[in-house]
Amino acid sequence: MGIRPVIYFLENNLIEKILSEARDLLCKLGITLHNREVLELLSGYGATIDQDKYHVLFTNDIIDKALGSTPASFKLYDVLGNETHDFSGTNSYFTPGSAAINILDNRTNEIRKPNTADYIHFSKLMSGLKYIASTSTAFIPADVPGKISDSYRLYLSLLYCEKPVVTGAFTIEGFEIMKDLQLAIRGTKEALVAKPLTIFSCCPTSPLKFSDVTSQNVVDCARFGIPVEFISMPLSGFMAPVTLVGSLIQHTAETISGIVISQLTNPGTPVLYGGSPAIFDMRYETTPMGAIETMMIDCAYNEIGKFLNIPTQAYISLSDAKSLDAQAGLESSMGATLAVLSGINNISGPGMLDFESCQSLQKLVLDNEICGMTLRMARGIEPKEDFPSIPLFQELLKEKHLLISKHTRKYIREEHYFPGRIINRANLSRWKEEGELSLTARANQEIERLLKEYQPSRLPEDSIKELTRRMEDEARLHGMDKLPG
Amino acid sequence: MNILQQISDQIDLGDDEKVYELTTTAIEQKIPVKQILDEGLLQGMNIVGRKFKEHEIFLPEVLMAAKAMNAGMELVKPLLLSGNVPMKARVVIGTVRGDLHDIGKNLVGVMLKGAGFEIIDLGNDVTPERFIETAKAEGAQFIGMSALLTTTMPVMKEVVDRIRSENLEDKIRTLIGGAAVSKGYAEEIGATAYCYDGSNAIDYLNSVI
Ligand code: B1M
Repeated sequence: MGIRPVIYFLENNLIEKILSEARDLLCKLGITLHNREVLELLSGYGATIDQDKYHVLFTNDIIDKALGSTPASFKLYDVLGNETHDFSGTNSYFTPGSAAINILDNRTNEIRKPNTADYIHFSKLMSGLKYIASTSTAFIPADVPGKISDSYRLYLSLLYCEKPVVTGAFTIEGFEIMKDLQLAIRGTKEALVAKPLTIFSCCPTSPLKFSDVTSQNVVDCARFGIPVEFISMPLSGFMAPVTLVGSLIQHTAETISGIVISQLTNPGTPVLYGGSPAIFDMRYETTPMGAIETMMIDCAYNEIGKFLNIPTQAYISLSDAKSLDAQAGLESSMGATLAVLSGINNISGPGMLDFESCQSLQKLVLDNEICGMTLRMARGIEPKEDFPSIPLFQELLKEKHLLISKHTRKYIREEHYFPGRIINRANLSRWKEEGELSLTARANQEIERLLKEYQPSRLPEDSIKELTRRMEDEARLHGMDKLPG
Repeated sequence: MNILQQISDQIDLGDDEKVYELTTTAIEQKIPVKQILDEGLLQGMNIVGRKFKEHEIFLPEVLMAAKAMNAGMELVKPLLLSGNVPMKARVVIGTVRGDLHDIGKNLVGVMLKGAGFEIIDLGNDVTPERFIETAKAEGAQFIGMSALLTTTMPVMKEVVDRIRSENLEDKIRTLIGGAAVSKGYAEEIGATAYCYDGSNAIDYLNSVI
């Protein structure tokens, strides 16, 4: 075995200091938490509550209890029940950036609001993209009522793609149907707990606040054993200290408070120590996900998560560019490389442009290659029948090449990553002869190919019917008699 | 150096104490308040705004300048009101119903205030009724709405429609902003303008008042 390459930004004593400051924040300053049920819950475990101000002061005992029951790993399973993810150690998996407001239309190059047809295309593509292990509810189809937009995208994901789904509810009410859709597939709550199908993103509000919706979503997920990823978003220099360490302290405090809510509700609920922090760009008033410091904060809190023995997640490997240009490529690959080298377990980002606002199918197919390359890198350098080396070199000197050597044929596909056609490795003349295709043209060809080769989901007919029945009932409740498409 | 020029310079430097002192002196010297406002305080903020756009300075300097300007404004405001000199404009701002994203709205509020506008900030999760009733009660000429979610942007249309149905279009104009919306959406729902960031909102308001 070779080594799994891993990089570090923090020394253990700095991690300990950050954790100790975060605990102090939670126990001395406290957080605002707009949910009476959760306040009651925390109070029952000894936290100091001010119901009028929705304020809570934690205790170190509560924090220790919660951290003590948080699983060090968990698995995900696809709609058919096959294991797809083992969130443990430094295993890294990619998932598309989620909940975009817009899509970049790959035919017209226009940034616009997406619809059901776009979502189906996305889900079909996701079926074929080998290096993106889960799908996500990547954008919001604008042709259904707002009240069902969170559940409807989960419905389409489960219908068209077999992969597990990274998702999230937009409201408290949204959770019910999103849980029911999963029950339609797994059959019972116990089966869902045994084989988690989704991860719900739950976002604390920086600084140091939990909204009613987020608190309730965390509680509801815990009750059904649905894994949660906490997405704390300190914005360095604006809604968080400008220093990376200061932002990390805030991120740690916000994430631990989420873990406390989830673990006190149901000890052992699987969680990812996640986030989507960013520096705040003081010139453009924006939150760049492609900034190197944003990525450094991500990698560093992942180290804190690992120090606590909790699997991790980050919004990294995405770009702030507005089209599939060089900026998109460089920011995404820098992020993906750092993420994999840090051993972040669930890496959210592929496909995303414009500060998490815009999904692009073209970028998704390009990013699939970036993911493939970085995952190859994670396998490291491993000796394979390389010692002693003299026989192989004798063969090379004798034959003048190793193209048909047994050694080459045995290891070629393992040792070398072969990207799809979107990555051009032809020589200049061949590239010219083949039409001088630009990256976007090659991406479009790849999209066409994947859509043509799409194989419908093998989800049993009964599950499909049940899934659709539940979604239709929900749509009817919100004034939509027939689902689009 | 002319005292108004000094006020403007000290705003540029973000020195609230100096601006307070200089504005006090200017008032004592009986310089017309409108002139103190236009040629001192707002002139300073105009320079700061230009420098910000050129990336000569960053947001913290702009906000320091705004704080300095507000120090002078505190002294000038009662005189403007008693002399019936109109303030720049009154703007009701808020994030629409169902939406908790208030970071951008807060920033726009601070920047508009820094540019001399009167801001009534209703916070987040604001209903159409509250926007309109507050604007009516406070005599605000503008409502600035923020939405970051696909699901909450339609609330902006409710506000615009109500203003229309109550025949208030000439009195209250609507500005919209936030990641979910665009110029096209503003046109589609009949909002008066779309602003892509704080400086853009300042520019727009300065251009119409
Ligand atoms: C005059 O009037 C004017 C003029 C100009 C105006 C104006 C008004 N308003 C804005 N402007 C303009 O000027 C400002 C200054 O330049 C600018 O304001 P902005 O607000 O655009 O910019 C700010 C300065 C910085 N930007 C921001 O603050 C927003 C950044 C992102 C990452 C973001 C954040 C930070 C948050 N979020 Co949320 N969040 C995202 C955002 C991604 C994005 N691309 O925007 C977005 C908007 N969120 C999203 C989601 C899904 C959600 N969020 C949620 C929660 C949160 C946090 C609480 C964690 C946090 C907000 C904290 C807070 N106090 O505001 C949830 C919703 C809660 C709710 N009901 O509102 C939740 C549903 C997540 C969940 N499952 O819990 C996505 C939208 C999905 C959609 N299609 O609708 C999203 C695009 C990220 C993503 N891809 O997932 C301009 O737009």
